[in-house]
Amino acid sequence: MTLTLRSIAKTFAGGTRALLPTDLQIEQGEIVSLLGPSGCGKTTLLRIIAGLETPDPGATVRFDGEDVTALPVEKRQVGMVFQSYALFPNMSVRKNIGYGLKMQNLPKAEIAARVEEVIALCRLEPYADRPVTALSGGQRQRVALARAVAPRPRLLLLDEPLSALDAALRGQLRDELALLLRSFGITAIFVTHDQDEAMAIADRVAVMSHGRVVQIGTPEALYRNPATAFVARFVGAAMPLGGRIEDDRLHLPGGALPLASATVGHQAFVRAEDVRLDPDGALAARVETVTFLGTHYRVALSGATEQPLFALHSGLSAPAPGDSVRLSIAPGAILTLPTEDRIA
Amino acid sequence: MLKSPAKLLQLLVTLLACAFLFVPTVQSVLAGVTANYFRGLSSGLTLKWIGEVWTLYSASIFLSIWIALACLVVTLIIGVPAAYALARNPGRLSRVLEEFISLPLAVPGLALALALLQLYGGYTEFRTSWAFILVGHVLYTLPFMLRAVLAVLAAIDLKTLEEGAASLGAGPARRFVDVVVPNALPGILAGALTVVTLSIGEFNLTWMLQTPFTKTLPVGLADSYASMRLEIASAYTLVFFVMIVPLLVAMQWATARAQRILQ
Repeated sequence: MTLTLRSIAKTFAGGTRALLPTDLQIEQGEIVSLLGPSGCGKTTLLRIIAGLETPDPGATVRFDGEDVTALPVEKRQVGMVFQSYALFPNMSVRKNIGYGLKMQNLPKAEIAARVEEVIALCRLEPYADRPVTALSGGQRQRVALARAVAPRPRLLLLDEPLSALDAALRGQLRDELALLLRSFGITAIFVTHDQDEAMAIADRVAVMSHGRVVQIGTPEALYRNPATAFVARFVGAAMPLGGRIEDDRLHLPGGALPLASATVGHQAFVRAEDVRLDPDGALAARVETVTFLGTHYRVALSGATEQPLFALHSGLSAPAPGDSVRLSIAPGAILTLPTEDRIA
Repeated sequence: MLKSPAKLLQLLVTLLACAFLFVPTVQSVLAGVTANYFRGLSSGLTLKWIGEVWTLYSASIFLSIWIALACLVVTLIIGVPAAYALARNPGRLSRVLEEFISLPLAVPGLALALALLQLYGGYTEFRTSWAFILVGHVLYTLPFMLRAVLAVLAAIDLKTLEEGAASLGAGPARRFVDVVVPNALPGILAGALTVVTLSIGEFNLTWMLQTPFTKTLPVGLADSYASMRLEIASAYTLVFFVMIVPLLVAMQWATARAQRILQ
């Protein structure tokens, strides 16, 4: 299903503008993530798409061209996975999954067959007859997903579907969720504040901040060409270098770096993986701490920039705290972006 | 356990307090099965007085059960949807409404009964029917039903559960039947047992509202103490105990069960 949003805005009672007018188009079968810090309006946008929240007047929500703005959630045929899962505690796993089908008044035999199909797809066979209160977090998450997709909704909406799980399980279920969503072939939108989750699952990511979509694109595009300092920081944790841009060079306390392109008044950012320990580097720095992370070392550096700088260093050994080192950063790895003040 | 004199004193005080409460009860029950109370237990035990109570007051017993059940039905029909509405719309207005519904608990039953008599006393047909007493009982017991259901509904994430059901295609009525009621069941059960227990035992209001043809169990009890011999009145107390104690126990159990959900 194609989803088209036009001038979707939301002002809550009391005047809080949770969402500024937003346009968005999502194509058939696409998986899009709404990514942003808490309070950026991503859940509000999702709830408006679902029909759980009414947008300000003038907004339109279209499903395959059909205007559904005035339809309540129960008439929109959307599947929804809630952050708390919202499983019905008074029903078994099977009854939960079959509830949406029962609402469609399908024959009993067909409901049973389709519930079995979804149970198998989500690998819930061992738990099918248990009460949902007897399941672990990961199992509940799968039941919530199974329940949402069983009625074959036009659109699947997921609100922070993994955030209620502990960290170890989250990583595993993230990949599982990505695979399952692809296997359903369904158009899906999911809200998250975790960039790894967004990158791993989504075809396109819409980065949101202060009630607006700041940038939308594939994970690679966002990572390589962030449009704003906010996107650079939020996707891939770019560090501000500070200093000043002059004559195609970035002047820093530890030395000067050549830039690929320079715009006066912009801010320079770099990611830890692009900071190299290099004896011939142009920047002088001092090693503060070294953390061994298995595949690489994370080295905290001072002196090169105004704020602390981190480098990811791979190799069999790392410098010791207190060592003087030299750093290099490739001109292409330095992102120069408008300052955040200018966007806001 | 009995190591120190302090502990011993505690036990003594507890036992005395228990005796203070229990001895009159036991005495009353015994009087109901004693052949002649003034000659004491030596006159022998008998079930005669209980038989007398049955002959004289069985209509009151059945009327009380009938009114209690009718009261339960009415408080369920009003109380559960009202609790649901209050739980779904928390806010100042809901708080005010909740207090307003609880008002009959604070007003003496006598005053409430007088108000009802002033307002509806002119409608003879209504005033002389059992429905008049039912109105009084509903007024008095509704807050208990409402609060018991509201407490459970407030403890579960009702809004999200309903949103979940709605996203699966359930309209408001289906959500109420499929999600709200089943999840509020422990509260409904606790409320229901409280309502039945209170309705069967209610005296203040009923004593004012009753007519000789609409005499309930506790009103009959007062009547028997006032006009029958002590043994009959005591046997009546025994009958009353037998009816109300299992209800009380069930109420305690249901309330404890609902409390567990709140944690």
